Amino acid sequence: MEVPILKQGEVLIATFQAALSDADLENLRRGLLQQVVRFRSRGVIVDVTAMDVMDSFASRTLREIAHMIRLRGAETVIVGIQPEVAFAMVQLGMTLEGVATALDLEEGLAYLTEKFKSID
Amino acid sequence: MSAGEIRVAINSDQDIVLARQKGRVLAIELGFSAVDATFIATAVSELARNILAYARKGEITLRAVQGSNRKGIQIVASDHGPGIPDIHQAMRDGFSTSGSLGLGLPGVRRLMDEFSITSQPGRGTTVTVKKWRQ
Repeated sequence: MEVPILKQGEVLIATFQAALSDADLENLRRGLLQQVVRFRSRGVIVDVTAMDVMDSFASRTLREIAHMIRLRGAETVIVGIQPEVAFAMVQLGMTLEGVATALDLEEGLAYLTEKFKSID
Repeated sequence: MSAGEIRVAINSDQDIVLARQKGRVLAIELGFSAVDATFIATAVSELARNILAYARKGEITLRAVQGSNRKGIQIVASDHGPGIPDIHQAMRDGFSTSGSLGLGLPGVRRLMDEFSITSQPGRGTTVTVKKWRQ
């Protein structure tokens, strides 16, 4: 299952589905980095609203995506982590340290817009 | 409520997704809350992931269980892989020999109500966990 990546101005938006396998997540990691380079994007939003489970691999992959994209000079924000999923992640011991999160797509975009302003 | 058990063979990363989906469906069928169903699905995902990482193949079995005055779900993850030489070490946060982060087993124990593990080096590992309905 491929994760669609949309380009909206300087921002890329990737929307997760529920049933992502490890291979899908690895493809997304590669795809996002390629597109950030190709479009010279300044921000990435990863929308995980549909994810009903965020296990150790998914959490780690998200963190790696955010850190790789930061090294490239762009910002990542993870949006839409469901309350049950957040609860399970904490119990599991997974945190997204150093990764920006926001309630939903709209707030994620607002966060990036502010971020871009402070850099410009 | 279905009386039987659900077995999911774990041979690939797709099977991890399948196992956790089946775990969630059974949890909802048994009347677990959305939070508990997510805990159960996450635990299944981690257990299936351990099978794949350490033993390459194995099986997840899901079944309804009846306590003295409560209902619950039992998940058994079994493999015939190399086994765990030091279970105490494996149960510590941050320990891993597979190159993963190794948060699997202690995390699974926190997500569930009961946890037991048996492992014989060279023979395999069986992890049994239960969660009771609140």
